[in-house]
Amino acid sequence: MPAVTVDQLRKSYQDTVALKKESFRVEPGELFGVIGPDGAGKTTLFRILTTLLVPDQGQARVEGFDVVKDYRQIRHITGYMPGEFSLYMDLTVAENLRFFATIFDTTIEENYHLIRDIYQQIEPFKHRLARNLSGGMKQKLALSCALIHKPRVLILDEPTTGVDAVSRKEFWEMLIQLKKQDITILVSTPYMDEAGLCDRVALIQQGSIMKIDSPARILEDFPRKLWAARSNQPYKLLQDLREYIDLASVYPFGDSIHITHKRDEMDKQQLEDFLQQRGHPDIEVAPARPTIEDCFMDLMNQGT
Amino acid sequence: MKTILFILQKEFIQVLRNRTMLLLIILLPFIQLLILVNAATFDMKDIDVYVVDKDLSTTSRELVSKFEASPFYNLVNKSFNMEDGHDKLLRDQAELIVHIPSHFEHDLRNEHHAPVQLLIHAINGTAAGLIHAYSATIISGFNQQIAVEWSQGKLAKANQPLEVVYSYWYNPEMNYKIYMVPGILVILVTIISLFLTAMNIVREKEMGTIEQINVTPIRKYQFIVGKLLPFLVIALFELAFGLFLGRMIFDVPVVGNLGVLFGFTLVYLLVILGFGLFLSVISESQQQVMFVTFFFMLVFILMSGIFTPTESMPDWAKKVNVINPIAYLMKVIRMILLKGSGFMDILKEFYSLLIYAVLSLGLAVWRYRKTV
Repeated sequence: MPAVTVDQLRKSYQDTVALKKESFRVEPGELFGVIGPDGAGKTTLFRILTTLLVPDQGQARVEGFDVVKDYRQIRHITGYMPGEFSLYMDLTVAENLRFFATIFDTTIEENYHLIRDIYQQIEPFKHRLARNLSGGMKQKLALSCALIHKPRVLILDEPTTGVDAVSRKEFWEMLIQLKKQDITILVSTPYMDEAGLCDRVALIQQGSIMKIDSPARILEDFPRKLWAARSNQPYKLLQDLREYIDLASVYPFGDSIHITHKRDEMDKQQLEDFLQQRGHPDIEVAPARPTIEDCFMDLMNQGT
Repeated sequence: MKTILFILQKEFIQVLRNRTMLLLIILLPFIQLLILVNAATFDMKDIDVYVVDKDLSTTSRELVSKFEASPFYNLVNKSFNMEDGHDKLLRDQAELIVHIPSHFEHDLRNEHHAPVQLLIHAINGTAAGLIHAYSATIISGFNQQIAVEWSQGKLAKANQPLEVVYSYWYNPEMNYKIYMVPGILVILVTIISLFLTAMNIVREKEMGTIEQINVTPIRKYQFIVGKLLPFLVIALFELAFGLFLGRMIFDVPVVGNLGVLFGFTLVYLLVILGFGLFLSVISESQQQVMFVTFFFMLVFILMSGIFTPTESMPDWAKKVNVINPIAYLMKVIRMILLKGSGFMDILKEFYSLLIYAVLSLGLAVWRYRKTV
């Protein structure tokens, strides 16, 4: 039995469609990433799975329980960490953890082994009020609270948004550790670079899932050859490239500009000549390895 | 049941940790009772009176001396100048002008009739009415006195066939404070329970913690009970504390049964908590809930009969008061404390509020269940 089944799920708010009849499955023990920009429908999907929202159409099951009919059972077996910190600011670290343990009818001691690695890092501050914790510590506390009842499915909504690079890396290491405890993890993120850490990812955009696969396979499926162009006038370069014929896509990527050509083989020399004429004496065009972000951009272009 | 206990435990930690709130709970009864009861009094003292005595006869001076002798009046000035008197009235330096025209004594003796003019500052109608009543009493007393003196006692008997003897029940000394203290206690209990409840749940919404609660197995009724019970306890504590202060400071009588009072207040609080819960469920932010709560509080308090008896309100206002929970407690707390009414005397109010409590809580819970 899959850990999560989503079948033709649809949800709209007034005129905006947040989810357009989407379906997918998550296998037990998987670390499944839902990747997409803000407003793509990630939070809506997670709120349906955590029984906070009722879908307009379609079905969703968590561990075999229907999110509408069996919402009560689902609340016992899922752990949810919302995008915004939502523990009690005026309770201490220990009080928050104990409160969430007790309302799930368990104790900190009983499931301490699950959260040990995470909680140990904030345990020295356990008598500090949650509001006085740093961003990274708040996040560790939130994760501890979401885990304390030993959920079978853990749902994390943008846990790394607004967190510094070091804490983000630490956080993903924690998730990979948790996977070993047989917990299915669904995590959403707007950061494409985090996709590579998941077993499988769903790329989502404007309420539709464009692709679901393992990160490696998604990269393999990138359809064209990717080039990176670099000059010391990046903005002018972008404008000039857009005028060049037969390019399939042109978009800035870090300090360079990624381009793909409509045909498989692009005449690199011809492009460089064109750009030198346009006033880019130091132009440099080289083949590049696609990333998830490139795949995302490509899928987005296909869609429109 | 265990879950409710855990929620209660959490709520109490939070309330007790909030220093400002704690201070408010302790200080509010003191401040409200001491300031409001002493300030909001209808007794008039030191009425500034300006006398324009154009007659300056024995009789007119005797009348003026009656005003001077009264503890309620404070003579600002005496003159023949009506203009100056008007001026003082205009500048708020006098509240009353007593104008005695010339030939006052002469007219009185020869024609058995002479006018005295009273000019009263009437921006505050209630105060003006009181000033008029006091002054009229003084003048009619004086009238009686000279009538008796001048007719050597014959007239007096004929003029007063009936003698009225007053006895003020339930508040024999007509002490306004004794009337006010129970009223202030009602306000106190209402503020504490309504505001705390309404703000508390909205706060969970605003901070997003309700989201985290909603994904746990906590049932809605458990959450509501856990939320409302602490404020019920705090409000009852406030009543006890305020009553104690009222007894110590103002010597407010407690004629009736305190058990009946607390039982009735408990039902009243259920109504108020239902209101608070409902307001917080339909509001999105603390600001919103604050505004709406304040609006209802103000209307209900002013209509409740804290200052003016509800019986003298127009018919439509009396009908509105049927849905004004504060009016019920306002009436009953005075009945119990001052008059010593028993449970049987407040039966009607008790059942009305009980039905109201079921409606208000029911509506709030129903509305709350509809939200996720």
